[in-house]
Amino acid sequence: MIQMSGISKAFNGNVVLENVQFELAKGEIHALMGENGAGKSTMMKILSGIYTKDAGEIMVDGETVQFKSPKDAEKLGIVVIHQELNMLPDLTVAQNLFLGKELTYGKTGILKTRQMEKEAIKLLSKLGLTINPRTRTGDLSVGKQQIIEIAKAIASDAKYIVMDEPTAALTDREIETLFKTVNELKAKGISFVYISHRMEEIFAICDRITILRDGQYVGVRNIPETNFDEIVAMMVGRELGERFPERNCKIGETKLEVRNLTVNGLFQDISFKLKKGEVLGVAGLMGSGRTEVAQTIFGYRKLSNGEIFIDGKKINVKSPIDAMKHGIGFVTEDRKTEGLVLDFSIKDNISLANLEKCSSSGIMKKEHENSMVAKYIKDLKIRTSGPEQSAKSLSGGNQQKVVIAKWLGTEPEILILDEPTRGVDIGAKKEIYHIINQLAESGVAILMISSELPEVIGMADRVIVMQEGKLTGEVNKEHMTQEVIMQYATGGEQVV
Amino acid sequence: MSNYKSKELVSKLGPLFGLILLIIIVSILNPSFLSIANIFNVLRQVSISAIIAFGMTFVILTGGIDLSVGSTLALTGAIAASLLSSGMDPFLTIGISLIIGLILGAINGVIITKGKVAPFIATLATMTIYRGLTLVFTDGRPISDLGNHYSFQLFGKGYFLGFPVPVVTMVIAFIVLYFILQKTTFGRRVYAVGGNEEAAKLSGINTDRVKIAVYAITGLLASLAALILTSRLNSAQPTAGQSYELDAIAAVVLGGTSLNGGKGWIIGTLIGALIIGVLNNGMNLIGVSSFWQQVVKGIVILIAVLMDRKKTA
Repeated sequence: MIQMSGISKAFNGNVVLENVQFELAKGEIHALMGENGAGKSTMMKILSGIYTKDAGEIMVDGETVQFKSPKDAEKLGIVVIHQELNMLPDLTVAQNLFLGKELTYGKTGILKTRQMEKEAIKLLSKLGLTINPRTRTGDLSVGKQQIIEIAKAIASDAKYIVMDEPTAALTDREIETLFKTVNELKAKGISFVYISHRMEEIFAICDRITILRDGQYVGVRNIPETNFDEIVAMMVGRELGERFPERNCKIGETKLEVRNLTVNGLFQDISFKLKKGEVLGVAGLMGSGRTEVAQTIFGYRKLSNGEIFIDGKKINVKSPIDAMKHGIGFVTEDRKTEGLVLDFSIKDNISLANLEKCSSSGIMKKEHENSMVAKYIKDLKIRTSGPEQSAKSLSGGNQQKVVIAKWLGTEPEILILDEPTRGVDIGAKKEIYHIINQLAESGVAILMISSELPEVIGMADRVIVMQEGKLTGEVNKEHMTQEVIMQYATGGEQVV
Repeated sequence: MSNYKSKELVSKLGPLFGLILLIIIVSILNPSFLSIANIFNVLRQVSISAIIAFGMTFVILTGGIDLSVGSTLALTGAIAASLLSSGMDPFLTIGISLIIGLILGAINGVIITKGKVAPFIATLATMTIYRGLTLVFTDGRPISDLGNHYSFQLFGKGYFLGFPVPVVTMVIAFIVLYFILQKTTFGRRVYAVGGNEEAAKLSGINTDRVKIAVYAITGLLASLAALILTSRLNSAQPTAGQSYELDAIAAVVLGGTSLNGGKGWIIGTLIGALIIGVLNNGMNLIGVSSFWQQVVKGIVILIAVLMDRKKTA
């Protein structure tokens, strides 16, 4: 068992952890929760030897330990599985599993490829995975890669596994498999630290939960004895109220209509209508084609067939530039690769989609730009030291707000939101919901793709569900339950 | 976060300190470095490489590279020389040469964007093609019978308000390009394409057009450099401009612009070009053998890059 007590850590005088404690018992799954910037990852980096603590004590099985490097922690069986998987996509599964710990003939450096492949099969079958060890790792789903990552940890005799947002990119089916694996390992005495923003998952799988806020320890609870509201209150330090704020909205005329939208090989025959002031949810498993439909409406993919109408008029969208001219905005799924220029400042990111507006005859108008940026920083409550702060240094929630601000600047009449709250802490989530509500109330038609069913149900007026490139269902507010949506999303199969 | 800006400033000023240090060392070792005649000499030499490097800065900011600048210089120089020797009006010659440079550059841009060829490969190919065309066009011989056009000779040899015309040209080019990069929407788009092309595209930026434009600008600037060189030498050499692309890339990198694109500034490139110019001139003055000069230049580039790495690490 691991006991961390009185842990403090400061970077350049900036205190990020102060007198924090954490305990991980044998065979326990312990959630670590807190808003972005609460100190979760710093705490785990201290536990895994990446950072050294300024003060405090770490005890493993009753003995005080000092970690000088990740190697020291690894020797005691502490392994971290990061959110961005450490897999080399072009290597085979076996090569990845033994990366850095290859089996060789003595010290020659000549690889025992056969033996490693055999071992790999053994290891993976223990976790219920039958894969040819010669498969290229990049060809596997993220879920399978995640399990390979766990297999790798077990291969190095891990006793304590820290998982950082393990389910962020997984489908529900894959999450199920992952949880089964984790529970089996737990029964064998392996302990897990589980970091996640998804409350439902924590309640489904964890035994205890420790909550941090602003670098301080708030408390620990046994999962069966606590509830959602208590944990949220502990996390934000105040009552948050309704998780999904009320919206007072008059739904108007049809704004956007798509008919028989098809992109060969990705999705077929998608038809739906989106009205002014309406939030239309798009649910479905990952890979069901939701994002691709959005990209097509936005002119980022060429459609093979079908028509798009705005205000009843057929439009022709060949590029994002065309889509923007028709008043469409698109908050993309992955803010780091598609939404932001990370090296740009907040200001430059917000004005990126608004360069025409911030200039005349091609010359930038500083005052225009500055006042627009200042307005959105204030309106969206972007927490920053100033508009010149680099986007890279912002927390996930604030980065997401910058992406939203960029699109609000274009004053869209149709706003597509693809996973608007992924990786965003609970306080910022609620603020984003508020923004969505305000937009809808002002008559913007909103298409919201989301994998978080509670979010879809809480926010959408209507939801359409996709499965493997096809539209399989439409559900009205009254009939929206997770079960109904999942049935459509999985093609009618019962989900357990 | 408060030291974010000051840190950035220090890393940006690094090359300037390097240049000043270099000037001090060279002038101690040979005080004649600081004579007006020599300073003008250095600046005149730098003007050609700096003008090319300015264009290269745009290309590198978008995350690309242009290896064809030296060949573009040779080809447009040869065309200008032959137009002059055939008796064409010098101003018309200058105009035509610049347009041809622009087109040669734009061809690079089109191959890279529409043909989806990596910039390194695309411009490696056009570098060879343009050089070959120069040799075909000149039959491998220099063109030196340019006639006696006072206005064209001014371009490379004249003085304006007491300053050499090439230096004045370089300064004007610098000011215009600085303005474009820092104050216009196009400049912002250049940085955005290099910073995150996907995000730029999804923000409604025509990234292909931006890229074609930067290669066209680079071609235009290479032909401007060609005109200065041709005027100064009063002839066009088919082998002119060889390895100029490497000097230009070196100047950009010395100036602190990232080869990954999205980060950098054109003032740095000017400083980088000056560092290379002072280094060349200084080593000549001190009497370093030309063989050793190459070794020293390479080491200076390495030191600059290594120091930059340390700062960003």
